[in-house]
Amino acid sequence: MKTKLIINISRSLLLARWKQTLVAAVGVTFSITMFIGLLSFMSGLNDLLDGLIINRTPHIRLYNEIQPSKNQPIDLSKKYKNHYNFIRSVKPKNEKLEIYNSAAIIKALEKDDRVYGIAPKITTQVFYNVGSIDLTGVINGIDVESENKLFLFSDYVTEGNYIDLKNIPNSIILGKAAAEKMLANIGDVIQVTTAKGERMQLKVVGYFQSGLQEIDKVQSYASINTTQKLLGETSNYVTDIQIKLKDLLIAPQLAKEYQNLFDLEAIDIQTANSQFETGSFIRTLISYAVGITLLIVAGFGIYNILNMMIYDKMDSIAILKATGFSGKDVNAIFITIASSIGVFGGIMGLMFGLGLSALIDQVPFNTEALPTITTYPINYNIKFYIIGGVFSIITTYFAGYFPSRKASKIDPVVIIRGK
Amino acid sequence: MNEKIIEAIGINKYFHDPKTVKVLKEISFSVCKGEFVSITGKSGCGKSTLLYILSTMDTDYEGDLLIHGVSMKKKREGELAKVRNEKIGFVFQFHYLLNEFSVLKNVMLPGLKLGKRPEKEIEHYAYEKLKILGIESEALKKPNQLSGGQKQRVAIARALINNPLIIMGDEPTGNLDKKNSETVFNIFKELAEEYNQSLLIVTHDNEFADRTDRIIEMEDGKIINQ
Ligand SMILES: Nc1ncnc2c1ncn2[C@@H]1O[C@H](COP(=O)(O)OP(=O)(O)O)[C@@H](O)[C@H]1O
Ligand SMILES: [Mg+2]
Repeated sequence: MKTKLIINISRSLLLARWKQTLVAAVGVTFSITMFIGLLSFMSGLNDLLDGLIINRTPHIRLYNEIQPSKNQPIDLSKKYKNHYNFIRSVKPKNEKLEIYNSAAIIKALEKDDRVYGIAPKITTQVFYNVGSIDLTGVINGIDVESENKLFLFSDYVTEGNYIDLKNIPNSIILGKAAAEKMLANIGDVIQVTTAKGERMQLKVVGYFQSGLQEIDKVQSYASINTTQKLLGETSNYVTDIQIKLKDLLIAPQLAKEYQNLFDLEAIDIQTANSQFETGSFIRTLISYAVGITLLIVAGFGIYNILNMMIYDKMDSIAILKATGFSGKDVNAIFITIASSIGVFGGIMGLMFGLGLSALIDQVPFNTEALPTITTYPINYNIKFYIIGGVFSIITTYFAGYFPSRKASKIDPVVIIRGK
Repeated sequence: MNEKIIEAIGINKYFHDPKTVKVLKEISFSVCKGEFVSITGKSGCGKSTLLYILSTMDTDYEGDLLIHGVSMKKKREGELAKVRNEKIGFVFQFHYLLNEFSVLKNVMLPGLKLGKRPEKEIEHYAYEKLKILGIESEALKKPNQLSGGQKQRVAIARALINNPLIIMGDEPTGNLDKKNSETVFNIFKELAEEYNQSLLIVTHDNEFADRTDRIIEMEDGKIINQ
C-alpha cells in the first residue's frame, strides 16, 4: 500500500516534468549504448588480434636448442668440487636440432588427456633461388591435416587448395609476399637450396597469408615428407612438436613438466606472447575507463535534473510533509524517480547498444592483412550487458541519493513561511 | 467539553538570526473538544511561529506540547509526521495544493498515507468531504483551474480527510475576498457545531474572531487575554 502510494506520487512528479526526465533518461541511454558498443567492438577486436596469434601458436612447443652443455667436465671432477671454476669461451658441441625419439614422445602425448592435439613440424632455413639471386626463407614442414585441425591452416591459404600440399608430391605453399618477390604463380616450379647446399624443385600449389607482412616474406609451407626429403633425413626427423591443450591456462605448468619428462626445451604460449596479453589488457582497460566515464557523466546529468526538480517542487515537498509524509517517504519518492530514470534509460541503452553492435558488425572491413575478416569484429558478450545494466542502476542511485537526502531534509516551516 | 485536545505548557521560542530574539514567551493554553478558538494579534507578534510549533512542524522550542495528553517533545521526525497525518488538519493562508494531482487526489493523499482504509473507500469519503464544502463538481479538475476560494475549500476538505482531532489554520481567509471569507467562516462554524470539530484559527480579522467561541489575544510573544 505504502510503496504503491510512493510510486504513484513519484510517477506524477515525473510526468509533470516529463521533458526534463526524458533528457536525463536519454543521457543514461546514450552512455549505456556507447558503453556496450565500445566494449563489444574493442573486445571483438581483441579477440581478433589475439586470434591472429593464439590460433596459430601452439600452447606448448617442444624443441631442441643448440646450446653449450650446462655440465662441463670440470664440474664432474671430485677434486674441484669445492672450487669456483671459471671456463671461458664455451662452444656448443655439434648437435642436431632433431628431436630424438619423436615417435615415442608423440605417442606418449597422445595418451595424455590434457592434450587436445599434436602437430609435428620441421622448421628449416632455405634459400629461394630466383635467377641469380638467393632470397632467404624458412620452410615449415607440416603434417597438413593436424596443422589444419589445430591451427586453422586452410584459413590462411588465400589462393590454391591447402590439401594439395599433402596430395601433390614435392609441392610448396609460398608466403604471399615471398611469392610476389619471386614472381611465382600457382603451378610454377621454384627451386630452393638448403643450408647444406642441397637443391630441390618444388611446385607452387598456393599462397599463404598470415596477416603479418614480415612472416609472409619468408615463410612457406611444405608437407613433412617433402621437407624430410629436402633435408635428406629419415621419416622420423622432426624438429618441433606443437601441442594444443584442452585448457590453455595450464600451459606454463605443463611446459615445465614436459621439459623434465622429455628432456627437451618447452615454451608455453603465455611466455612466448606476454607482450600480446599486455596489449589486450590495456585495450580492455581503456574501453572500460571510457565506458564508465560516460556513465558517470550521465550520473551527473541525473543529479542536476533531480536537484532542479527538487528546487522546483519545494512547495510540494513542504505540503507533503505538512500533511504527514515523513522525511523517509520524501526520500523514497525521489530515489524512486532517480531509479526509474536509471532503469528506463538503462534498458533502452542496452537495446540500443545491441543495435549499435549489430550495426558495426555489418560494416565491411576488408584488409589485406586479415583475409578471414569481412566486417568489423564484435564480441556479443552478455557480461557487458550485465555490467552496463548494473552500473546504470548504481550510478542513478548515487545520483539520486544526495538530492533525495536534501529533499527529505527540507523544513516545511521555512518554505511555508517564505510565502 | 473538558477533554483537552491540545495543550501548550510554558512554550518559549527563540530565533538566533541575526541575533537571539525571544519571540514566544511562556505560552500556555489548551483547546478542548469541539471548541472553535481564534488567535489574534498584531502582525509580527508570533502567531504563525506558535502555530508551527503546535502543528509539530517546528520542534525547536522550550516547554512542552501535549496532543490528546501525549507529549510531543521526545518524538522523532517520523513519529511527528504520523501525528500530523492522523491528528492534525492544517489550512494555510496560501492554498498549497499539489498541481500534479487532481483536486480529488489532493484530498485523498493524506488518507492514502494513513492507509487505514482501502483506496475506494477513501475516494468515496473524499467525495463526501468535497460535497460538504460544495465543490464536488470540481473533483476531477487540476487545482490550478480553480479560483482562490475554491482552492481554500479543497484545502479544508484535505484537512478533514482523516477526521483529525483538530484543524489549525494560519490566516485561512487572509487571502480571500469578503464573500469567500464568509463562506470559509461558515464552513468552520458548521464543522464546530454539527460535527463537534475542534478548530484553532489564526486571524487578524476581528470580525471573524468575534464570532468564534473563544479568542486568544497575543502581543509581543505573550498571551495577554484568553
Ligand atoms: N526564521 C526567522 N528568523 C528570525 N526571525 C524570525 C524568523 N521567522 C519569524 N521571525 C520573527 O519572529 C517574529 C514573529 O513572526 P510570526 O510568527 O511570523 O508573526 P505573525 O505570524 O504573528 O505575524 C517576527 O518578529 C519575525 O520577524
Ligand atoms: Mg503570520
